Amino acid sequence: MADGAAVTREALRVVGQRLPRHDARDKVRARTLYAADWQMPGMLHGAVLRSPYPSARIVRLDTAAAAALPGVAAVLTARDVPRNSLWTDVPGQTTTVGPLRARIQVLADERVRYQGEPVALVAAETREIAARALELFRVEYEEQPAVFDPEAALRADAPRVHDEGNLLARWQVQRGDVSAAFARADLVVEHTYRCGLVDHAYLEPEAGVAWVDADGVVVIRASTQVIEHFRDVADVLGLPHNKVRVIGPYVGGGFGGKEDVTVEVFLGLLASRTGRPVRMVWSRQESLLARPKRHPFVLHYRTGAMRDGTLVAQQVELLADSGAYAYLSALVLMYATVTAAGPYRTPAVAVDARVAYTNNPPTSAMRGFGAMQMVLGYESQIDQVARRLGLSPLEVRTANALRRGDRLPVGQELDNHVGVAEAARRAWTALGPARSPSTPHHRVGRGLACNLQPYGRIVWLHDWASAWVGVETDGSVVVRTGVPDVGGGQASSLCQIAAEVLGVDADRVSVHIADSALTPLAGTTTATRQLYMSGNAVLTAATELRTQIVRVAAQMLETPVDRVALRENGAVAASGRRVTLADVMKECARLGVPRSYLGSYHAPAGDPVDLERGGGRVFPDYTFGAHAVEVEVDAETGAVTVLRHVACHDVGTAINPQSVEGQIEGGAVMGLGYGVMEEIVVERGVNLSTSFAAYLIPTSLDVPDIEPLLVESGDGKGPFGARGIGEPPIGPPAAAVANAIEDAIGVRIAELPITPERVARALGLFGED
Amino acid sequence: MTELRIAFTLNGKRREHRVAAHRTLLDVLRDDLGAVEVKEGCGEGVCGTCTVLLDGEPVSSCLVLAGRVDGREIVTLRGLSDGEALHPLQAAFVEHGAAQCGFCTPGMILTAYAFLRDNPQAGRAEIRRAIAGNLCRCTGYTKIVDAIAACAKRAAPRG
Repeated sequence: MADGAAVTREALRVVGQRLPRHDARDKVRARTLYAADWQMPGMLHGAVLRSPYPSARIVRLDTAAAAALPGVAAVLTARDVPRNSLWTDVPGQTTTVGPLRARIQVLADERVRYQGEPVALVAAETREIAARALELFRVEYEEQPAVFDPEAALRADAPRVHDEGNLLARWQVQRGDVSAAFARADLVVEHTYRCGLVDHAYLEPEAGVAWVDADGVVVIRASTQVIEHFRDVADVLGLPHNKVRVIGPYVGGGFGGKEDVTVEVFLGLLASRTGRPVRMVWSRQESLLARPKRHPFVLHYRTGAMRDGTLVAQQVELLADSGAYAYLSALVLMYATVTAAGPYRTPAVAVDARVAYTNNPPTSAMRGFGAMQMVLGYESQIDQVARRLGLSPLEVRTANALRRGDRLPVGQELDNHVGVAEAARRAWTALGPARSPSTPHHRVGRGLACNLQPYGRIVWLHDWASAWVGVETDGSVVVRTGVPDVGGGQASSLCQIAAEVLGVDADRVSVHIADSALTPLAGTTTATRQLYMSGNAVLTAATELRTQIVRVAAQMLETPVDRVALRENGAVAASGRRVTLADVMKECARLGVPRSYLGSYHAPAGDPVDLERGGGRVFPDYTFGAHAVEVEVDAETGAVTVLRHVACHDVGTAINPQSVEGQIEGGAVMGLGYGVMEEIVVERGVNLSTSFAAYLIPTSLDVPDIEPLLVESGDGKGPFGARGIGEPPIGPPAAAVANAIEDAIGVRIAELPITPERVARALGLFGED
Repeated sequence: MTELRIAFTLNGKRREHRVAAHRTLLDVLRDDLGAVEVKEGCGEGVCGTCTVLLDGEPVSSCLVLAGRVDGREIVTLRGLSDGEALHPLQAAFVEHGAAQCGFCTPGMILTAYAFLRDNPQAGRAEIRRAIAGNLCRCTGYTKIVDAIAACAKRAAPRG
């Protein structure tokens, strides 16, 4: 086999295999040491004092009694923090708000803006002493006017959460003549939808251990999706960036909740102050109380269509609740704005999206990041268009589906395969013959929902990732890259890519990840970007290394370079003559040929675009999919059971089909939880859902087996044509269920979660409201 | 603070321990005995993450006071297999991709182990009922049920 060039997709041996992940054997034996499992000699235990009020002035903060408690090593307040700010920067904002630079205080300095906001820190010899110390702080609060609804927050007389006013960000899109399009539309469907506040609810609460190394470097080993927060920690501590190191152990679930800083800064402060190792583990209650959650949105949709189902106009007004701080709200809103018209050709689109500060718990990144909330809007709308025009749900979607060469409302051309229609057809068909209701008072219905979700970061963030690949003289392979593995198989996929290119078995590859001091930086495990970005970086590094190695192998085999293949842990000539990779590497060592390569991958870059005027490319690419569900509704109680759930996505190329299915199944179930169960209840800023007994996520009895269907177009921008799949599957389930419910019982539920109570109310079981 | 002297078996080894009366089995296992293979997910007996076997039955160790385990037998995931060899359930979890982030896995496997011991031929619906007290946020449960069902089949009587 001639094999001088890069590996072609057709000839793949390791990529595309359902291989067990390299970390699976450790995980099933509980040998993986998560953040909270780490122990060090002389370790202290840290804890956070939090505000009980959603809006108050701190009149007095007396730490004396806490500090005097035997066993307390340090007590810190805002005054003890060298630079008491974390910053959110959003370049390229359009319209009235202007470029955003929003401040989050590390510890509350005079003012608290949400219940649970950190006010002080303590480090003590035991967890119990730390907890007791928290009770000894004397804090006098003076409650301040507050606002808990984003609509109310934008009124002129609303209490100001921050001095700059409560409008945090606004994005707009304008494409085509919307009023003319509505004027010629045969049908206009208009509806308001509401989606709620939910939590990531990973099983591993936030945790970490920090210590000061012998050379004065503050080391933080924490559960995080972003080891590059070492810079933020350094800024807060007033240290040079190269004096803080973050190590990311395997994470017990992230889903965006470990994208912002959690324990890292607090640990850095306490370890620096005490000079001793400090561990901080948040309780579940603390995690549910105070860490940023998913944005609730009010979505007002007005959709125009012709009699044959052709969409002509989409007008969308969005209002999201940022809670008390900015975090990533402006960017979440931008994802919503860009995707609000859905995966459909729509000549006239107007989107006006705003996000406001309130005194509710803050909101930020969560799997789907603004784009997933829009699915309820555009998929409920298109379903009603189909219903009103007597068209099938599949037909109206496939007829309007985006295709290659189309442009999104922001002007971005879709220059590769767009699998919306195909995914919709496959998912819908897979449902097969309809089931009969289980009793006379049950009704069965079906729903379909498509979506698009970006993968990779916004192009004007100039994203890049780097990776180091080396081969040892025994032929074993080492990959080093700063990728946090949050459980999605991020690291394991890299092993498969390196193994593919270097012709070794995947279990011959060791991967060292997520150490900001020792692994080449690879960016965040967010935005469905790691396979795309670090996968491409590993591909680049391994391919370059392969070129170096093959030259030496060709000499050993006495054959031209382009007649050498790397496979089965060796180099093989076209003649069949073979040398082991170990022998090739020993020869490389003897000749002084480098046995490693540091590669990087740069995503397509661009300048900030003016969304409103249609600037062009916003994201590197999108993943398209469709879910079809069959539900049974109890018409006497409003209870909804999901009987079948087929989830189809164009994943480009499945590097590991088992991992891809795992992402789709897990994402679909998280999407069902969002659709029918989950709700953080907040009353006047007070969080009432701070335990797993109150905040219900799906158990094995609440959901069916998810049936994943993979479309492999081979046309993604990741390695070997892969597309990202981490976030996309969470989008469609809620809308698919809402559509199925209307199919079953003829009522439209427009508010999440779709609880039995909401269904019963819609059925009129409570009488007239 | 009342201190109790307790003696119990942990993964087949006898342990003697002095423990304050209010402390939970979970805290004693993790903090005092280094059994960090037991994970804490919620601390209030809802998520099943901290499951251990107490006299063979799965319990949430966060709800068990350490003083109550005197004279009893505790098995954690490390008790199912020692060294490199995997228990069939562990091997099935690997093969079926049932561990993603892996944080629920220790409790999930112990619950499945006790269930299959008593119900060796269980079907998918029974397996789903059995693990309903163990939350998983990553997998959507399908591959966990696959793995457990594969072991149930293996345990089915021959001939």
